[in-house]
Amino acid sequence: MDISPVFFYLFAGLALGCSLLVVLKKNPVASAFNLVMVFFAFAGIYAMLDAHLIAALQVLVYAGAIMVLFLFVIMLLNADVPSFDLQRSHPGARVVAGLLCAVLLLAFVWAFKNSPSPVEPGQFSASRIEAAGGNTRVVSELLFSEYILPFELTSVLLLGAIVGAVAIAKRKQKVGAGGGVK
Amino acid sequence: MIQQVEPWVVLSFCAAIFFIGFAGVLIRRNILVVLMCIELMLNAVNLTFVTFSKELQHLGGQMSVLFIITVAAAESAVGLALVIAMFRTLRGVDTDQIRLLRE
Amino acid sequence: MIALIPLFPLIGFLINGSWYAFVQAAPGRRKAGSGITGAIATMAILGSFVVSCLLFLQLQGLPPESRVLEQTLFPWMTFAGFKLDMAFRLDSLSTLFTLVVSGVGTLIHIYSIGYMSHDATPGKFFAYLNLFCFAMLMLVLGASLPILFLGWEGVGLCSYLLIGYWYSDPEKASAGKKAFVVNRVGDFGFLLGMFLIFTAFGTLDFEALRSAIVHGGHAALPEGVAVTTVTAICLLLFVGCMGKSAQIPLYVWLPDAMAGPTPVSALIHAATMVTSGIYMVARLNFLYSLSPTAMAVVAAVGGVTAFFAATIAITQKDIKKVLAYSTVSQLGYMFLACGVGAFTAGVFHVITHAFFKALLFLGAGSVIHGMHEEQDIMKMGGLRAKMPVTFATFALGWLAICGIPPFSGFFSKDEILWLAFSSEHGSVLLWGLGALTAVMTAFYMTRLFTLTFLGKPRFSEAHGEKHGHGHGHGDDHSHGHAPAGVHESPFSMTGPLQVLALLSLIGGFMGIPHMSWLEHWLAPVIPAHQATGHVAAEMEWVLMGVSVAGAALGIFLAIRLYADLELPRQFATKWAGLYRVLFNKWYVDELYERTLVRPIHALSQGLWKNFDVAVIDRIVLSFGRASQWSGQTVRTIQTGSIQFYALVLLIGIVLSVGYLIYGLA
Repeated sequence: MDISPVFFYLFAGLALGCSLLVVLKKNPVASAFNLVMVFFAFAGIYAMLDAHLIAALQVLVYAGAIMVLFLFVIMLLNADVPSFDLQRSHPGARVVAGLLCAVLLLAFVWAFKNSPSPVEPGQFSASRIEAAGGNTRVVSELLFSEYILPFELTSVLLLGAIVGAVAIAKRKQKVGAGGGVK
Repeated sequence: MIQQVEPWVVLSFCAAIFFIGFAGVLIRRNILVVLMCIELMLNAVNLTFVTFSKELQHLGGQMSVLFIITVAAAESAVGLALVIAMFRTLRGVDTDQIRLLRE
Repeated sequence: MIALIPLFPLIGFLINGSWYAFVQAAPGRRKAGSGITGAIATMAILGSFVVSCLLFLQLQGLPPESRVLEQTLFPWMTFAGFKLDMAFRLDSLSTLFTLVVSGVGTLIHIYSIGYMSHDATPGKFFAYLNLFCFAMLMLVLGASLPILFLGWEGVGLCSYLLIGYWYSDPEKASAGKKAFVVNRVGDFGFLLGMFLIFTAFGTLDFEALRSAIVHGGHAALPEGVAVTTVTAICLLLFVGCMGKSAQIPLYVWLPDAMAGPTPVSALIHAATMVTSGIYMVARLNFLYSLSPTAMAVVAAVGGVTAFFAATIAITQKDIKKVLAYSTVSQLGYMFLACGVGAFTAGVFHVITHAFFKALLFLGAGSVIHGMHEEQDIMKMGGLRAKMPVTFATFALGWLAICGIPPFSGFFSKDEILWLAFSSEHGSVLLWGLGALTAVMTAFYMTRLFTLTFLGKPRFSEAHGEKHGHGHGHGDDHSHGHAPAGVHESPFSMTGPLQVLALLSLIGGFMGIPHMSWLEHWLAPVIPAHQATGHVAAEMEWVLMGVSVAGAALGIFLAIRLYADLELPRQFATKWAGLYRVLFNKWYVDELYERTLVRPIHALSQGLWKNFDVAVIDRIVLSFGRASQWSGQTVRTIQTGSIQFYALVLLIGIVLSVGYLIYGLA
């Protein structure tokens, strides 16, 4: 793949380290900040892979919106005290979980390494995308032509999520007081 | 110096992030951290899609990523709403506390 | 238009039923007269009668070959090779039955208004009565066997409901149950016969069946149907008739059915329902005439039942029991007629019997009403002066059933006896059985009449009064009459009696031998009986004379014997054994108890204890215990921890991936 190894390993190392910290840090706020770092590192890798639009969206949506939401909830609930849950989980279960994950990871790596290379490349080579006006333009045109139905459906999904989130998180009013939501 | 990055290396990196996230889901008790770990796993999958998209010169992968990002946003919104509701009833955010059905 | 006939009683049932269910049955509303509900019910059945008359006139205006009216309401069920419509068909046979059912039904409804005036729940009574009329009319109007069966079951249900109408008395409630259960046995045969018809002929519609069998006025076996099949069909259907029309061996329910109110006995257990078996046999006469064996069985069962029931009737003391056994006996006559191929005579006897037996029952009801629920004829006597109208009408009914010319019973009974002798299925034996029964009929009816109305009263004032109060009946209807408290019934009861008496008097003229309007009328449905050459025509007059003489002999004997009660008492002691057997109804109930009820009971007990409890219960319970145990065991892995579940999920994934990578390779 025609990407710079130096930057890739830099970003990959950053992402691996920070994601380990996400899992291991006791304080949820610390986990959240490490997660932001992971997101940024991913955005870098996306950019290197010529997925410019996704790199931008990664920063905007993940590192921006979702992380703000997380931090907001942590602060709202006063949950930023260091969690000692790692100690409370069963040590045997921790070992088993780690072991199983490692086994699966090895299986995946083995499979990736030994799988045959792609048979037939598709039509969107880097040069053609460049000629057609760049990644963002091509992706956007596809989105509004071939993928218009799922694209519109996601709007329904988002609407449902908004309504659902409001309905779930809304403080239940006392029955009879103001005749609100039962 | 290494001149080339093989695709399987990128994919293995994705798998590593994925399983780190999975392990987090398994061993953490704080539901907020569990949700973050799920985000990690989703990102790993996204990167896998983009890698294949690049490798196969096909933009379907990037399309999927766009939709996954949307779904992830919706999921975290609802998930965090559930966390708030849970906190309100149980006064805590530990998954150990969610065992109302068992009692 | 035809559908209106059963529709009216159905509407009456719905009105009265809902009135009773929603208003009258409510607590605190116990007091209610029979006036309004009775009027509604009577209007309903009167409506059917009017429609029946109109349709009868319409039929009469048609040429004889096309005297059939049909109405299909809706398709009931349709599937491969089978189509069943909710269809009614009115032909010359069913129109007679609708006229009798709705006509006699109307009279009995009017009578019931008076009879049930002191009842607590007249709404319920009239609702049942209307429901019965609905089912009975459906039975006679149904265009196919399943519709007939619908009515057949409906009348059985109403019979059960009305026999056990005073259900708080356990004896009456169990009489209802007995009727229901015994009828089930018959219905089982009916259903089997119906299935067999369908497998043999592929249809259940009467017209289709008839056209499959009758060609050019002659019944012939269709291709591929054996005589034995037809015999089996006829006998199975006849089992149904045995139950519904109270023939040996399934007659035992009818005498017990007298536990119901007397108008019910008159309507259901004398005039209409019990004759539905004869209706069915007459309806399927083309089928029966194909099987000499079935005909012989029908004739033999009918003849033996007629004789057998008459012997029992001689010794009974309950006025309604005597009439009940008399009904069984007369039904036997009708089957005897059908069995010798004289379907017209059978139907004729159904009609005249409906008139005079309803009259006798209603007269008995009037007596019981006047005597304050006294039913023992030994405690009656001399009612002639106290109840003149009842006496006069009852006398007409008595003469009719005895077969004295020119009353209706004479014509129909004589027709049956003559055909039992002369038709190709008949024999001297059958005739002898019938004639002997006729003598006995005259005897026991005269005995009943004499003991009830003639002679000196054998009841005391105090007795009548005490009885009256004991039943909470007649508190306020002494009318300041005779001091005995015995009184004539109100006009609502005597009116129908007079109408029925008139019908009993003239009803026979529709079937005068050799110029029978009835035979002519029924010719499209029942082929006219061919005169057979092997008996001389003069014999008819001889036999007629013999039967009249026999009836006169019976009457004479009974009057002489029961003028003084000492004489019969001496007879009873002289032949104590025979008397006891007859008085205990040949011990048939006891026999059934020993041979059927008790073994089945013991078998059920055994099965319950040794199979149900020991085997089935154990199996079922062990299933329960097994699931309880496995639930207790498995629930331990349900820790409630989400992460634990995720871990198990992960193990599953590892195993699956391992299989995909190494297992498939």
